[in-house]
Amino acid sequence: MKLEFNIEGGNFSWAGHASSEVKKMLKQLGIDARCIKSIVIALYEGEVNVVAHAYEGRILVQMEPHKITTEIIDKGPGIPDIELAMQEGYSTASKEVREMGFGAGMGLANMKKNTDELTIESTVGQGTTVKMVNYF
Amino acid sequence: MQVSKICQLLDAKIICGEEHAQANIERGYSSDLMSDVLTLDTDHLLLITGMCNLQTIRTSEMADIRFIVFVRNKKVTDEMLELARENNLCLLESPFTLFKASGILYQAGLKPVY
Repeated sequence: MKLEFNIEGGNFSWAGHASSEVKKMLKQLGIDARCIKSIVIALYEGEVNVVAHAYEGRILVQMEPHKITTEIIDKGPGIPDIELAMQEGYSTASKEVREMGFGAGMGLANMKKNTDELTIESTVGQGTTVKMVNYF
Repeated sequence: MQVSKICQLLDAKIICGEEHAQANIERGYSSDLMSDVLTLDTDHLLLITGMCNLQTIRTSEMADIRFIVFVRNKKVTDEMLELARENNLCLLESPFTLFKASGILYQAGLKPVY
């Protein structure tokens, strides 16, 4: 089963819509609640990152028996130093993003915590692709 | 601690999810930072916050938090209300500060997450 969602950069009122749809789907499939929470928290963090930092993005979800792969592909400024961005507390978020309760530099580290496999590829000036795999 | 007791202690009113008034909550977490809320492993706690926007509801939806008390007289918007109802959340509004609300609930026996 495959799903695809679009994300609009800067549109905070729509942020979380895709994660919400994925959560509903996982619930319908009867997957363990702890697993669902990990998957959707990682996805939501990623979705918020695109809204906060990029111009636009796409989420691709692929469901297989006992495995879910989510890819978040954005067009945006990219991440110059991924290792630095992974450090808790490091953030380049704007004042507006912080006022929404995000931008504390916890997102990428929390995505890593909640996924079994996380890969991040980024090109400065073009965008970032985050791939997450969870097994259940 | 029952939701109705929390309302009484915090001079709060239930904005939506009145059917949960008798539900019992064991733990509370106070934060205006949704980034921190998303790192919690505990489910079904009471979130005490002054961060009153749509992403507070979304964060709670993702983190399996069903009870939120908005402090500092923050008012829930119609958009937030709609999303909260869709996700069967219980929202409360209190005129107290985050510090005062947290202190009262802690003293009355609501446990911290850590």
